[in-house]
Amino acid sequence: MFSFLREAIWFGTVYLYGSTGEIITEKSGHLNLGIPGIMCMGAVGGCVADIWYMNSFADPSKMPAGAVIIIGILGAMLVAGLMGLLYSFFTVSLRCNQNVTGLAITTFGIGVMNYWSERMGAKGISIYWVRQCFAQTFPCAGTIGDFGKLFFSYGTLTYLALAIALIASFVLRRTRIGLNLRAIGENPAAADATGINITAYKYVATVLGAAIAGIGGLFCMVEVTTSFQYSVDAAGWLAVAIVIFSVWRPSLAVLGSMAFAILYYIPSRVQVDFGEKELIKMIPYVVTIIVLIIISILNKKETQPPQSLGVNYFREER
Amino acid sequence: MDKKVAVELKNISKFFGDVVANNKINLEIYKGEILSVLGENGCGKTTLMNMIAGIYFPDEGKVYVDGEEVVIRSPKDAFSYHIGMVHQHFKLVDIFSAVDNIILGEKMPEYSIKEEAKKILDGDTDKDFKVRAKKYLKVAGLPFVKVWKWMKFNYLSKARIKKIQSIADRYGFDIDLNKKIYEMSVSEKQTVEIIKVLYRNADILILDEPTAVLTPQEIDKLFAVLRKMREDGKSIVIITHKLNEVMAISDRVAVLRKGEHIATVETSETNEKQLTEMMVGKKIDLNIDRAEPKNSEDRLVVAHLTMSNHDGIKVLDDVSFTARSGEILGIAGIAGSGQKELLESIAGLNKLSEGEIFYYNPYKNNEEVDLRSKTPIQIRDLGVKLSFVPEDRLGMGLVGNMDIVSNMMLRSYQKGKTMFLNRKDPKSLADTIVEELQVSTPGTSTPVRNLSGGNVQKVLVGREIAAAPTVLMAAYPVRGLDINSSYTIYNLLNAQKEKGVAVIFVGEDLDVLMELCDRIMVVCAGKVTGIVDGRTAKKEEIGLLMTKTDFGADKEEEKENNDD
Repeated sequence: MFSFLREAIWFGTVYLYGSTGEIITEKSGHLNLGIPGIMCMGAVGGCVADIWYMNSFADPSKMPAGAVIIIGILGAMLVAGLMGLLYSFFTVSLRCNQNVTGLAITTFGIGVMNYWSERMGAKGISIYWVRQCFAQTFPCAGTIGDFGKLFFSYGTLTYLALAIALIASFVLRRTRIGLNLRAIGENPAAADATGINITAYKYVATVLGAAIAGIGGLFCMVEVTTSFQYSVDAAGWLAVAIVIFSVWRPSLAVLGSMAFAILYYIPSRVQVDFGEKELIKMIPYVVTIIVLIIISILNKKETQPPQSLGVNYFREER
Repeated sequence: MDKKVAVELKNISKFFGDVVANNKINLEIYKGEILSVLGENGCGKTTLMNMIAGIYFPDEGKVYVDGEEVVIRSPKDAFSYHIGMVHQHFKLVDIFSAVDNIILGEKMPEYSIKEEAKKILDGDTDKDFKVRAKKYLKVAGLPFVKVWKWMKFNYLSKARIKKIQSIADRYGFDIDLNKKIYEMSVSEKQTVEIIKVLYRNADILILDEPTAVLTPQEIDKLFAVLRKMREDGKSIVIITHKLNEVMAISDRVAVLRKGEHIATVETSETNEKQLTEMMVGKKIDLNIDRAEPKNSEDRLVVAHLTMSNHDGIKVLDDVSFTARSGEILGIAGIAGSGQKELLESIAGLNKLSEGEIFYYNPYKNNEEVDLRSKTPIQIRDLGVKLSFVPEDRLGMGLVGNMDIVSNMMLRSYQKGKTMFLNRKDPKSLADTIVEELQVSTPGTSTPVRNLSGGNVQKVLVGREIAAAPTVLMAAYPVRGLDINSSYTIYNLLNAQKEKGVAVIFVGEDLDVLMELCDRIMVVCAGKVTGIVDGRTAKKEEIGLLMTKTDFGADKEEEKENNDD
């Protein structure tokens, strides 16, 4: 049971990065459907940066773990952030349709990732030692039994994800920056009238959100899979679903991610036929639909999506 | 009272394309006074005030604040000169509390490390090393102080409520600051907007039609608060068209008409009649043809129509009238007096709480048809030939991204019997309209959005007339149109009248109404205040009916007379 829960928390990290990033973006009123593609790009960016760093060592087993982790994260954030910048340029500055732009970015990101992983496979490059660095955890994890395993046995990225989600939650709810950002997502005209720089907020929220989501992609590469072939985009779509599940709150996204991870893991743990397994895999999406139905029936203002989500802001359109 | 000028406008002009919204306006706003800016709709009063508040930028003229020339480019600039405006449409975030809406977008007070360092090191002649070291240490710590201050400013602590509460208490606002906006009434929302402006240290408050959405009791409360602000030395500008309120609250009145500043008078030295005359002006001859109605018979009878909006305010209150065939019935009134709701109710777009609408079908020996609570399609299926030219041309009337032919089809596509659309008939209809009404367009396949306002209107009116209506309703059909296009529309309406159509024309220009219409119904705040003959009515008479408010106002007038 403990190991099952541990796995849920660990695997939920992927979703947590994606959903936290997406929540920050959506709070600014932009529905970024490019998140799956951006996570793919983050995976590529992080790995490329680490492979580049690894190549500078004659013996990769002697790499300093801290440097590998930081370089990987920065690489992922940079590439994913650039994709976010592209998205915001199209939707904020050029006022393109958000859904079309997002889907285009997703398609692009998946394409780049497929191409890159084929190349890596063909070249026979292994990032085994990079994975070893990311897997490092608290030394006490093994010594204090199940309790230690449940709380201290994860890699850096899991703790970072939790920290980011909680900080994001605090900033959104308890600071002026969060207040201004939420106002932009709700009613940009009102925010504009008070002198808030809407364009700047939207850009920062989108780029930062994308960069955070990108780390999620890196996590897939260095902790989840052992080959380069992994469908990061599938995790990305679930992350977008978790945003709805957690009613646009990063703190609830922590729980949402774990719940989705459990649902994802059940099929691999229970012995069932292939058909039933596929049915069980559907559960997260069904749950998302149910949550959507429930929040629209409750019709509580606080659990609704940001009011102007998906609508580009045009000052002249008074 | 010692009068000091707070804001002065000199020769301010504003143009929207060819339209002159404000023409060389001179106006002074004094400290500690309540100034009313009075005028009909479209006379440029909101435009003028928007230029002080930084929404628009004047094309000509100068603005002086406290005697100094200033340039106001944005609401932020306006705030820096202590000018704040409460707009007619509130700009509030629904899910935030009042407090959060008020502090939204507030900037951190200036904190310059350079300045602070200067303060510490200034006059530093101390030779004692220890003292000097301490001072430099302090300077080194300044960035941290700044970060700390920034963090403290950013954190939404409970203390933020205190300052706002003190403002509310000072002026006697009665409001729960933790209440969410979506739970608030219109009057509470307005209070939040006013506190928001005061919180930003505004000394000059501009209120755009503040009483339009309030009940009489709420208006009294608002006026009490405004008087308190005046005692506090603040200047208050109220944009309004309600004469009784002008008389009740203001010290001076500035009257605008068609973009021109007519006069500014002391309230105590004027009366409602004089103000009305200034507001509507002398009658101008427009030479619009008007034939005598022929063979008039009742076509549409509306009785006791009553309807409330979302906020529970009655937008239509016991409206009764008859539209006759071969006649143009004009509807005059300040915008938002219920004209839109009335026409939409007849067209079957609104749910009524009370009242009846009967149509008499000329093709079936004037058989009576009940139109109440029918959808537009039901109305059509009953054989009622009703055409509606709505106020919002590209929103309700036409689809902007579709071409002229497709827009013609919106009215006819359901007639088709096959699954394929018949584009032939609409195409020939579109060609006819383009040719006969001289719509200037590259072709009938041009998206309607790309046409100018006048041509869009011609397409819409043409389509509605092509449906051979027996009742034609047109809301502000000439709004935004140039003179020639306007006359084309007038002629079209007249032609329909001669064909025996019952035309209902909602207009804003009294001169046009008085020359085009056979009868004019005047509405005010959802009520019919009178139906006059278009040939004999006086402009001032209509003007007074348009601003005639309920009994409460009459009482106030009586009281004032008694005081005299």
